Amino acid sequence: MHLKYESIVREPLITGDKNYHQVTEDICRPIEQKPTRLWYMGFAFSLLLLGFGAFSVFWEIYWGIGTWGINRTVGWGWDITNFVWWVGIGHAGTLISAILLLFRQGWRTGVNRAAEAMTIFAVMCAGMFPVFHMGRVWDGFFVMPYPNSRGALWPNFNSALLWDVFAISTYFTVSLLFWYSGLIPDFATIRDRAKTKLRKKLYGIASFGWTGTAKNWQRFEALSLVLAGLATPLVLSVHTIVSMDFATSVIPGWHTTIFPPYFVAGAIFSGFAMVNTLLILVRKVYRLEDYITLGHIEAMNKVIVLTGSIVGTAYLTELFVAWYSQVVFEQEAFNWRIFGPYWWAYWLMMTCNVVSPQFFWFKKLRRNVVFTFLLTIVVNIGMWFERFVIIVTSLYRDFLPSSWVYYSPTWTELGFYLGTFGLFFTCFFLFAKYFPVIAIAEIKFTLKSSGDNYKRAMRPMEEMTDGEFLHEIEHAH
Amino acid sequence: MAIKKFAIACYDDESTLFPAVKKVRESGYKMHDVYTPFPVHGLDEVMGLKETDLHTAGFIFGLTGTATALGFMSWIFTSDWPIDFGGKPFFSLPAFIPITFELTVLFAAVGMVMTYCYLNQIMPGVKKHVFHPRQTDDLFVIAIEITDPAAELEIVDFLKTTGSVETDVQIAEEGWWYGWWDKEEEYQKQIV
Repeated sequence: MHLKYESIVREPLITGDKNYHQVTEDICRPIEQKPTRLWYMGFAFSLLLLGFGAFSVFWEIYWGIGTWGINRTVGWGWDITNFVWWVGIGHAGTLISAILLLFRQGWRTGVNRAAEAMTIFAVMCAGMFPVFHMGRVWDGFFVMPYPNSRGALWPNFNSALLWDVFAISTYFTVSLLFWYSGLIPDFATIRDRAKTKLRKKLYGIASFGWTGTAKNWQRFEALSLVLAGLATPLVLSVHTIVSMDFATSVIPGWHTTIFPPYFVAGAIFSGFAMVNTLLILVRKVYRLEDYITLGHIEAMNKVIVLTGSIVGTAYLTELFVAWYSQVVFEQEAFNWRIFGPYWWAYWLMMTCNVVSPQFFWFKKLRRNVVFTFLLTIVVNIGMWFERFVIIVTSLYRDFLPSSWVYYSPTWTELGFYLGTFGLFFTCFFLFAKYFPVIAIAEIKFTLKSSGDNYKRAMRPMEEMTDGEFLHEIEHAH
Repeated sequence: MAIKKFAIACYDDESTLFPAVKKVRESGYKMHDVYTPFPVHGLDEVMGLKETDLHTAGFIFGLTGTATALGFMSWIFTSDWPIDFGGKPFFSLPAFIPITFELTVLFAAVGMVMTYCYLNQIMPGVKKHVFHPRQTDDLFVIAIEITDPAAELEIVDFLKTTGSVETDVQIAEEGWWYGWWDKEEEYQKQIV
């Protein structure tokens, strides 16, 4: 008796003739083994980067914001570029876990855990930049609305920058809760099979005492559904609000209404590229090709080509509107963006973001792991340059020609950026070693409808005619 | 909380679990609970569980967030410390929407997760009895509370006829307690 059924026309999401126990074994294996040399090397390198980043930040705090290349004209440089870039990357995780849950996309179960982890770490990295951009970072708590001794002077609730504070912190909190509530049952699985005392103790604490009663699972499902419903508009709102940091100003090149949808599409574009980059490595190193199949990679590549094309359309729309507006300042801003001193950044962005994803119209390339890996890195380079182009090439030539400058970062800015890579990969290496990188319970839930062995068993039934099928079920009992 | 005696039966597939749950309900024995390694759809209906009210809690928390954000910002900008931003009205509702939305989501999510932990009685350090170490791996476990000591053998024999792969009788704490995961026996000695 099969309780769930999915057509055999659909590609199996779990290959390799798995049963429930095999799923547990495969996903828990890396956690229960000693880390490999590769892991130690990668982890040490990440810590090194993190250390260099910490030193760069220390230098900036000690000597002041003047150690960065930013100045009166270009007030936002690499810091805000990196902030928007990391936040954008952080969009794929919650999109996969929330929006694809609502759309009942079965393939999300193979990738959602790692993608959500990526989201959380990326948002952590993103948060660093506005905080240290404040300069006097020790006064950073001034952004919080609390009854203070400054006459109870409140922050400006009408400012897009304050909306951002609320949006990013809410996004981080909700993503973390969503992620951890899904992790609890999987930690319980590791706890119950733990062979060492320490592991039993630590995963015992982390699993919150979960035993998997029917009522608990019923609440679990209700919670994931409502959190998905809440996180769906939240994902869209976060990058909308980030785009309002620019769109609500009066700088030519920023002051456009196209920004919210354009930023959201760009965020999903870069986020999916990053998920693909990371998961191609994870599936290879942990030999999880049975759970993260070519079908998963292809599905994400389809999202990349869609959102990449939306981004490309937005670039062209921007140019059209600048010309059509007949506003001299707007037209000149775009003229300089394309042909000015930063022409190389603009054309790099155009090549990486508009041209390169078009390769994914071809099924052969969508299912080519090496090509996908390289292209997703190209996409993320392109998306970094998109933010750089939007921010710096709108600022460097302002309304007063005497203050026009050419902005380049200093080593502290570079170090800070590298440091966030260190933070990201330090967290990701720890995650990959100590956390189940694939949602064990959710995979088991989809196994009987999407596992290749179960699908194969359905083949005789699929090949029956309607009459034969009816006859079969009428006489089965 | 109390220590009780349970008869348990393990099943290796949800297709054998469902008829077994039905049989246990028909038999009239006191079903303590059913443990599964992943959410099994329809199990709550077969067991006769009510639909959870967690959604309602989420809605109420969300509404609290909306009211907090909107009320707080309106009070500050119209009465506590009104600031003139380029001649715009003090009560500028459209500008309050983003923060109102974010706080709605934040309150709903945090409130719901806390309610979820409270209802499920889960927290870091909480310990509950695990009837079978593979109940979070690949076994589906039904636990029946033995209310009449004389019926123990009868219940086990009954469970063996329901298609189970393993049966057992265990003495266990029915609720949760606070403690380490490897010290259950010491805990039982203390409480008895």
